[in-house]
Amino acid sequence: MGMAIDVSVPGGMVLALLPELLLVGWMLVLLLAVAWRHKDEGDQQLAGQLALVGLVSTLLVVLWMWLRDAHAESLVGMIALDGFRYATSAIFLIGAILVVMLSLGYLGRESILTPEYYVLVLLATVGMLFMSSGADLIVIFLGLELMSVSIYVLAGIDRRSAFSAEAAVKYFLLGAFASGFFLYGVALLYGATGTTNLTQMHLQITSLGLETNLMLLCGIGLLLIGFGFKVAAVPFHMWAPDVYDGAPTPITAFMAAAVKAAAFAALIRVLLHALVASDVVWTEIVFWLSAITMIVGNLVALAQTQLKRMLAYSSIGHAGYILAAVASGSEEGAKAFVFYVLVYTLMTLGAFGVLAAIGRRGERDVRVDDLSGLGSRRPWMALAMTVFMLSLLGFPGTAGFIGKWLVLSSVVQADQVILAVLLVLASVVSAGYYLPVVMAMYMRPAAAEDSHSGAQLTGAARWVVGVAAVLLLLLGVWPNRAMDVAADGAEGLRPAPTRVFTD
Amino acid sequence: MQVVNFWLFSGIAIISALLCITRRSPVVSAMWLVLTMFSIAALFVILGAQFIGAIQVLVYAGAIMVLFLFVIMLLNLGRGEPTDLPGRLGSLIMLGVGAVLAVELWAVTRIVPDGAIRLPAGTMESLVEQEGAVGAISDPLFRDYLVPFEITSVLLLAAVVGAVVLAKRRL
Repeated sequence: MGMAIDVSVPGGMVLALLPELLLVGWMLVLLLAVAWRHKDEGDQQLAGQLALVGLVSTLLVVLWMWLRDAHAESLVGMIALDGFRYATSAIFLIGAILVVMLSLGYLGRESILTPEYYVLVLLATVGMLFMSSGADLIVIFLGLELMSVSIYVLAGIDRRSAFSAEAAVKYFLLGAFASGFFLYGVALLYGATGTTNLTQMHLQITSLGLETNLMLLCGIGLLLIGFGFKVAAVPFHMWAPDVYDGAPTPITAFMAAAVKAAAFAALIRVLLHALVASDVVWTEIVFWLSAITMIVGNLVALAQTQLKRMLAYSSIGHAGYILAAVASGSEEGAKAFVFYVLVYTLMTLGAFGVLAAIGRRGERDVRVDDLSGLGSRRPWMALAMTVFMLSLLGFPGTAGFIGKWLVLSSVVQADQVILAVLLVLASVVSAGYYLPVVMAMYMRPAAAEDSHSGAQLTGAARWVVGVAAVLLLLLGVWPNRAMDVAADGAEGLRPAPTRVFTD
Repeated sequence: MQVVNFWLFSGIAIISALLCITRRSPVVSAMWLVLTMFSIAALFVILGAQFIGAIQVLVYAGAIMVLFLFVIMLLNLGRGEPTDLPGRLGSLIMLGVGAVLAVELWAVTRIVPDGAIRLPAGTMESLVEQEGAVGAISDPLFRDYLVPFEITSVLLLAAVVGAVVLAKRRL
């Protein structure tokens, strides 16, 4: 049966919020530590290691709650206690851990000396946890803001780089604009249903027959615009390439993987849990968003010569694939999402990790051609990069293939054949920019004798790239266990219609 | 009387907001914004939310506007800057988007919410009568909405840390 938590008493509330509370507490300790010691690179390393300890212990707490099957005794209030929360929280925490590990060597090399970097990473992660655990639109909105505010600053943390500053300002202004849309949508949903709680909202919609209420529909539309900005779906993606390009590479990886995943997790919970009765309306909108995001993201990525910008557009394309899973509107889609996002986090962080090792000064100028000859000079690094590229492409034998296959099957089950065809075509197009990276590494000679002498994976970054590559291959040939876990994570997300009518 | 007050203050709010975004001098703009904030506070009072009205005056019309003026003065933006209003095509697009939003707003106001989710008439007044204007807000804020309230404090901390990290010359 598992552990039942009574959220109406203070003790139960603390237990329900244990991961978030632990991470906030540890963040405060870290803030004090960097207030005392912030003079040199050694202090910064210490801050990074402390952050790592906090993230790992929070991950353990989440896994413990998941294993004990902690669930709410009564009707859920502000905080959800279900598999979806634990699964997505664990993925965000894994993403944050890998980002901190990548940053340990990176910050020193780029001579960025701000130990508060790690405090902000923890704050952003707390925001993500609230986005996946919020069972109330207010909690989800505050989590979104907490995450965004921290990421705005992290994008501009390299204060000597004009591009980094541009990225931060652009992201801040457009992000604030998107938050306005989101909040207006929340206000209209409240106006239509009289509640911001997701479970109650679903009950109100079904019992009062508000499925096609105009105010509700306007609210859904504005909410989707807000989320569309955060996940960089076309046509709300204009900010993404410049911001991804200008931000320090580990933060770009964080934005492309965990930030996007958190926005998707909140979107799926809101759509599948609260607005499931109006699914005829929103599946239509998400369908079109997904279709144009896949097409535009992949086609524009073809035209890129810089590796970092290419990866930015490729992440827009991947947002399209995940949106396709959302458009299926089923628990099958949520399961595909959980699996895909885990895989996507690993391959994105791995690819950016290799990029960070190859480049210098923000990696803006690393072109695909610059990888020529990496295969003979740095065989292991080239092998890992090959795994990431093939997995992003969805090549059989890698975890990316299983992820895409799950998305595809959820889309087909929802009878959206056009979307399935588009997804396959978009994947074929994406070979046109992933494979040149592999070809450059193995089939072209190095440009000069000392071409890749500086390309080195050091310390923790080596572990990130290695573990990500091995896991991707492992999940590619042996996905059953992870798929079961993903199915467990998606279970019970969509309220059963029969139960609602008897209430 | 209430209806007259409503139209009066919402009219002032809209006109001063328009003036705020069309004036060239930042200081003048800021002053019109103060007037907008005041009229919105008046609207809150008409709705029976006296406490929120008072907070609106204190925080927005008071503290935040003073900060705005300080920033304008420190950045020495006092003189009239070249306008950043868009040209003719831009104005047309602006008008178009504005018209769409206006129609949407009109459509939304036509909807009468279901009786089940509307508070019965006079609930607000009797609640304020019982608990006082502050109690009617603080009770739900610190009971039902305690978790969001605490998350807000973390959010503010993040903003403070972020602002210091970005703005401080040497850490």
